[in-house]
Amino acid sequence: MNIVVCVKRVPETADADVTIDKSGKDIDRSGLVFDLNEWDNYAIEEAIALKEKFGGKVTVLTLGGEESNETLRKCLAMGADDAVRLTDPAFSGSDAYATAKPLAEAIRKIPFDLVLAGVQAEDDGYGQVGGVLAKFLGIPHASLVNRLEVQDKKLRAHRELEGGLEEVVEIDLPALLTIQTGINQPRYVSIMGIRKVAKKEIKVLGTAELNLKPEEVGLSGSNLRVERLFTPQVGEGAQMLQGNMEELSLKVLDILKDKGGLA
Amino acid sequence: MNEIMVLAEHRRGELRDVTWEMFSKARQLGESLGAEVSVALFGKGVNPLAEALKPKANRVLLVEDDRLESFNTETYEKVLIQLMTERKPSLTLIGHTAMGMDLAPGLAARLKMALATDCIGIDPEGESFSVTRQLYGGKVNAKVSFLKKGPYLFTVRPGAFPVVERDALPGKRD
Repeated sequence: MNIVVCVKRVPETADADVTIDKSGKDIDRSGLVFDLNEWDNYAIEEAIALKEKFGGKVTVLTLGGEESNETLRKCLAMGADDAVRLTDPAFSGSDAYATAKPLAEAIRKIPFDLVLAGVQAEDDGYGQVGGVLAKFLGIPHASLVNRLEVQDKKLRAHRELEGGLEEVVEIDLPALLTIQTGINQPRYVSIMGIRKVAKKEIKVLGTAELNLKPEEVGLSGSNLRVERLFTPQVGEGAQMLQGNMEELSLKVLDILKDKGGLA
Repeated sequence: MNEIMVLAEHRRGELRDVTWEMFSKARQLGESLGAEVSVALFGKGVNPLAEALKPKANRVLLVEDDRLESFNTETYEKVLIQLMTERKPSLTLIGHTAMGMDLAPGLAARLKMALATDCIGIDPEGESFSVTRQLYGGKVNAKVSFLKKGPYLFTVRPGAFPVVERDALPGKRD
């Protein structure tokens, strides 16, 4: 089974202070650590696990500048076979729709049975690239997949619904799935592992190689534009707890009991 | 602006909260833009739900079919494409839920519409809209505008818009 996985390099902001830059349209990226988008980490693990079981090749694909090579190398170290990076000054300002176009053109050049992507990216959270990409490729898709069973030319994809429910969809290959966190346990990548793939070739493609006109991509090919960023208002009703771990745990337990969160 | 269409979301015979929340927003936008509110309801044996939706909308667009008994992206997409092509709503709202997340991106791509997902604020801006979304796990909010003319498709974050009780609308059945 040949699998293409779309990944994205994102700033790690969960535990960092996020400030808005002078333009007012982006965050200040200095001092932030970048890594593979969390959802994509599960997608790449799923692809490699499938390859180990059924054979075939895993190609990892991203859109980004040279700094994204680091993200691709992490995926190669996890076990991906090939890496492709799409880069072009014309890609600047792309929304989810304009991002899906070059991804689709690149995937058309690769023999594939399955395309995987993360459900969404940690940074902009559109959750849109996967569904649009499937339409561009003319293949069926399922989103929020938290379990996957392969049966010949078919897949059974378990989708996570609200309230602890799930639904199962049968889908013919070739297909695209967006992968939910928790579907597997992504393998650990050591620095040695990344060093081993340091010399591996990363194929680089731009608009010319993808037969795209510059106006079809980037901001001019996009539907949305971020006008400005602002810090959310501090909501009322938040209670800040203080104390050591034990005190905090007891306080949280009391609140949960009090509010009926514990049966 | 002529019509704002809300896609009703229901599971196991009950309408989900996000449906009422979308109505509140649709009604408010409809009044300021002079647009009617319609609701698309798909399913099998969902007449009681259609009745419950009537006072919330100018028009209830009920599509009953065996194949719509449970949610399936491909069938929902087909029916929505037909409805949206016929009625040409200026704005369509779908919940940013497991259903909406599966359905909206492909639908927007098929209809070549601008899609903003996971909206927590929607404001009219001339012939278009400005929407508010959260970035970086909610640490920053963004005002997003559209480079493309309408119609527009937005998915709405559950819980983002409070339900406000209003006078009943005619809820004509189609």
